[in-house]
Amino acid sequence: MGRYVIRRLLQMIPVFIGATLLIFLMVNVMGDPIAGLCGDRQCDPATATQLRKEFGLDKPVWQQYATYMGNVFTGDFGTAFNGQEVTELMSSAFPVTVRLTIVAVLFEVVIGITLGVVTGLRRGRPVDTGVLLVTLVVISVPTFVTGLLLQLLLGVKWGWISPSVSSEAPFDELIVPGLVLASVSLAYVTRLTRTSIAENRRADYVRTAVAKGLPRRRVITRHLLRNSLIPVVTFIGTDIGALMGGAIVTERIFNIHGVGFQLYQGILRQNTQTVVGFVTVLVLVFLVANLLVDLLYAVLDPRIRYA
Amino acid sequence: MLLEVRDLHVEFRTRDGVARAVNGVSYSVDEGETLAVLGESGSGKSVTAQAVMGILDTPPGKITGGEILFKGQDLLTFKEEERRKVRGAQMAMIFQDALSSLNPVLSVGAQLGEMFTVHRGMSRKDAKAKAVELMDRVRIPAAASRVGDYPHQFSGGMRQRIMIAMALALEPALIIADEPTTALDVTVQAQVMDLLAELQRELNMGLILITHDLGVVADVADRIAVMYAGTIVESAPVHDIYKAPAHPYTKGLLESIPRLDQKGRELYAIKGLPPNLMNIPSGCAFNPRCPLARDVCRTDVPPLYEVTEAGADGRSACHFWRECLHG
Repeated sequence: MGRYVIRRLLQMIPVFIGATLLIFLMVNVMGDPIAGLCGDRQCDPATATQLRKEFGLDKPVWQQYATYMGNVFTGDFGTAFNGQEVTELMSSAFPVTVRLTIVAVLFEVVIGITLGVVTGLRRGRPVDTGVLLVTLVVISVPTFVTGLLLQLLLGVKWGWISPSVSSEAPFDELIVPGLVLASVSLAYVTRLTRTSIAENRRADYVRTAVAKGLPRRRVITRHLLRNSLIPVVTFIGTDIGALMGGAIVTERIFNIHGVGFQLYQGILRQNTQTVVGFVTVLVLVFLVANLLVDLLYAVLDPRIRYA
Repeated sequence: MLLEVRDLHVEFRTRDGVARAVNGVSYSVDEGETLAVLGESGSGKSVTAQAVMGILDTPPGKITGGEILFKGQDLLTFKEEERRKVRGAQMAMIFQDALSSLNPVLSVGAQLGEMFTVHRGMSRKDAKAKAVELMDRVRIPAAASRVGDYPHQFSGGMRQRIMIAMALALEPALIIADEPTTALDVTVQAQVMDLLAELQRELNMGLILITHDLGVVADVADRIAVMYAGTIVESAPVHDIYKAPAHPYTKGLLESIPRLDQKGRELYAIKGLPPNLMNIPSGCAFNPRCPLARDVCRTDVPPLYEVTEAGADGRSACHFWRECLHG
């Protein structure tokens, strides 16, 4: 097990370097960072040269990358053009997005898996068909439609929630945004669980569990569910990364000042340091989430542990 | 009588029609007795056993008639919760493929111990001790250190021993073994069979041994019931059947065993295929494949005739059992 973890950690290094280098190149080489600084006007050539020198942008790209990475590892993500430290932006944005992600994942786990189990055990019955239809609708409708619709109905028309989230973004205000963020994944989790349950239901070991005289509840939770959840866990794990980085739409709709919001602002204003910094952290989040999934996988399925 | 199955009927309702898997099967097993149920795949031998255990998939399966008397009570009148308490505790089943029949993600200790925590309300610690005891009993080496291992870490024979241990856990009165050795190597087969027979004697359990392997049967069974297309075509004490089969199907099965003294000759095989259960032939179900078949076989369903001549209490569902016996 220990060796497995170490191997996985080592595998993360080239992925991390590759991903960050790609982002770095895309932002720094393909666009001009200085251009963004001057806003809509054309930069004064002398000032531009001065700034290039100041920020080290006249040096070769690989050197820039090395310097940047060196700084990142000491916790310095640079300064945005407005003078705000990128780390400062992160410390305000990440907790909000993490909360939002937690809410979303809870929805996926609790509602998604429950619906999946219920439909998987009653395949072909009205409950199953109904849920299947709803998931299809949810998957087909884009998040911004679901989000805006819920905001309009719950927030504006009926006034059950406040239409926009305050800057502290406490958990209770994040329930509806979290549901919106989770909606598509939730539908996938439901379908994945349903298929997995329906498939494993006829498995020999389930028949054995029944033949042992175990109560139905125990057969389902201890024998059937544990085996069926293996693919679902993989999906939810990788989804955590996607939820954290992909909350741009949801965060815009509900005015949540999280990672998606900052990224969107950074891209809009060509704020290089912000974009690269946030994406670098997101790459790390993805990698760690994937590692955790693999470890959890080994916990759930002993056949992997000893492979 | 420990178990008496009377005139059991089981159907499977599928989209293509109704498959009549079991059509009036009756058999019985007493304490300490071994009944071998013999037949090809699809003859209804496993379905009958699953109906006895109460683990039939319903739907599509449905018991449409008959009685299953266990210690004098008809199990088919039990509520599911009462039935569940009988399963595992008073009657247990051993399945063919131990690898797929054991849960891959739970340790064997957990799967064995579960019997005690659920049925006997033991603590986990005591249950684990019991699991080790059971593993010792079925002669798994170093049981104490292997109790936390998972099914895939055991060899095929050891896995089947674990299945046996699980079935024996609560010392049930009846064990149903559904082809317990089919998935094993020949050398391991004998060991597992011997172990099963030995434990059966020790605990004086009734054993229903479902198999299509005539070699296994001869050593351990007291009685044999031969099934074809969901009915019992012949039942008799084991020696009578081997000596003088009273049904052409049984005769065909015996003749298709490879024998050393017939080396070089083509192996006998029963012509044709088992019938489609959605469309069982009229009269005797075996008539299209039977060398003795006549007109009456195509019209009249043969009853189970008492085979008086062979001495003991054999029964045959063949109109011409006399001819078969002497032919």
